[in-house]
Amino acid sequence: MTLLAIEKLTVLRGECPVVDHVDLSVGAGECVGLIGPNGAGKTTLMRAALGLERFKGTSSLARMSAPERARAAAFLPQSRQIAWPVDVETLVSLGRVPHLPRGGTISATDRDAIEQALHRLGLDGFRQRIATHLSGGEQGRVLIARALAQQTPLLLADEPIAGLDPAQQIATMQVFAELAREGRAVVVSLHDLGLAARHCTRLVLMHQGRVVADGQPDEVLTPELVAQVFSVSIWRQDSPMGPVFQPMDVL
Amino acid sequence: MRLRTPLTLVLIFLCLALFGMSILIGPAGLSMADTLRAVFLGQGEAATLVMREIRLPRAILAVLVGASLGLAGAAMQGYLRNPLAEPGLIGVSGSAALGAVIALQTGLVAAWWLALPLAALAGALAAVLLILLLAGPRGSSLTLILAGIAVSALAGAMTTLVLNLSPNPFAASEVVFWMMGSLSDRSFDHVLVALPFMLIGWVLMLSLGRALDVLTLGEDAAATMGVSGIRTRMFLVLGIASSVGAATAVAGAIGFVGLVVPHVLRPFVGARPSALLWASALGGAVMVLAADLAVRLILPDRDLKLGVLMAIIGAPFFLHLIYKTRGEIR
Repeated sequence: MTLLAIEKLTVLRGECPVVDHVDLSVGAGECVGLIGPNGAGKTTLMRAALGLERFKGTSSLARMSAPERARAAAFLPQSRQIAWPVDVETLVSLGRVPHLPRGGTISATDRDAIEQALHRLGLDGFRQRIATHLSGGEQGRVLIARALAQQTPLLLADEPIAGLDPAQQIATMQVFAELAREGRAVVVSLHDLGLAARHCTRLVLMHQGRVVADGQPDEVLTPELVAQVFSVSIWRQDSPMGPVFQPMDVL
Repeated sequence: MRLRTPLTLVLIFLCLALFGMSILIGPAGLSMADTLRAVFLGQGEAATLVMREIRLPRAILAVLVGASLGLAGAAMQGYLRNPLAEPGLIGVSGSAALGAVIALQTGLVAAWWLALPLAALAGALAAVLLILLLAGPRGSSLTLILAGIAVSALAGAMTTLVLNLSPNPFAASEVVFWMMGSLSDRSFDHVLVALPFMLIGWVLMLSLGRALDVLTLGEDAAATMGVSGIRTRMFLVLGIASSVGAATAVAGAIGFVGLVVPHVLRPFVGARPSALLWASALGGAVMVLAADLAVRLILPDRDLKLGVLMAIIGAPFFLHLIYKTRGEIR
């Protein structure tokens, strides 16, 4: 089942296209890693797909009504904003707002979703903590939990693991892979090529607003493409624990 | 919704107690027995007149004005995600004052007493239209602040111009005193003029609770959670114009309520913007009732203005708050 269909999507900043005729289709069960150097258009592509940005072309999500879209896709913006010193549980429960009836309060189903999200991110002990008093990485996890609590078929996450410690980076990517295995879909932008290769079912490589490669991790992370797009050399090895990709030197 | 928390009960109790005191205390020096007889039984002609024509409308207006200012402050801070935001910030208070000043200065007030509140409301609405024109129906909260500052500055300049061109010193002093803000010598007519606009404003702002909660996560996240930015902004701006415009129209410029009340109450509601809306409406009523009582008790013979007292108490208090919480405000 296709959860996101983007066709010929173009976003212009003045004359300059920052996203240039992108076609992308994401189906259930996929964990898509969106990779590319800074300024490649990853964030703009996600924002446009959600209708947060003016664009030419089509996006299945942008065509929906706002309440419909909120139940179809959750978005985790790159900037981690928590404006008020609310507790973690309250913050995560905001993820249920799209599901609440007008004037209604949190139901048992909502409570389940919140518990599950807190548990998945290892935040059980954080419920009563004030979110703004947490460290940057912890706040990042709280916000991921918020997006999970929304329980949408599709999750778009913009650099969710930036600033997390190695264990939390891996744990978070495992959560995304798990969501995909459960039949949902995740589109996650990230800069760690090793983690992307290890946990994503598919990689989409962007460069200067265009998609230059789209496929299995080892099809996309070829030394030639990585050199051309990121200007780094990459070391690849098949190990007993799976393939290893490690960027080595600036070219 | 946390309507049944102890905080709400405390605020409602304070509100009722201060309302009662507001009715009992005044320059007419009536005994408590006379007062109660007058209010409830209509016995004693002079006392009844004092109660029904002077003290009761004054106390009711204190509640209405306070609730409007407190609620507008909480809504504004929630929308802009900034604890230093205030209804005055988007130029509504200033423009309402300008409308009133024009009505006073042109002598329209002498011809028709309703001219003053209506002109103030017209000023508030003009400010809102101008802000929407400047900031557009879309656009970020930052554009709204910038447009508001521009409108504020313009209204301030125009008010000064009107004073500058004032034909005689009496007219100018009348304007200056009106701008200080007061609730004395108000009648039920004032209540009736302000109430419909305030109610509309309250309904608009109170309906924003959920949207303001979600905005805690930022405008992008909120937009993808089904919160319409355009609707939120329209409701907020119209709600503030309607309620704060009406409050300014009947009471003059009263500052700091919208700033201080949400700030003080935020920790008690777990910082949730939706819960803060209700609490700040009650808290604003408590604050204005208390200040209006203080005005009567401190200098009974000198007609100390409510707005002046509020600023004298409010400004240092707010500085103290900023000093105390400066580490948390980012």
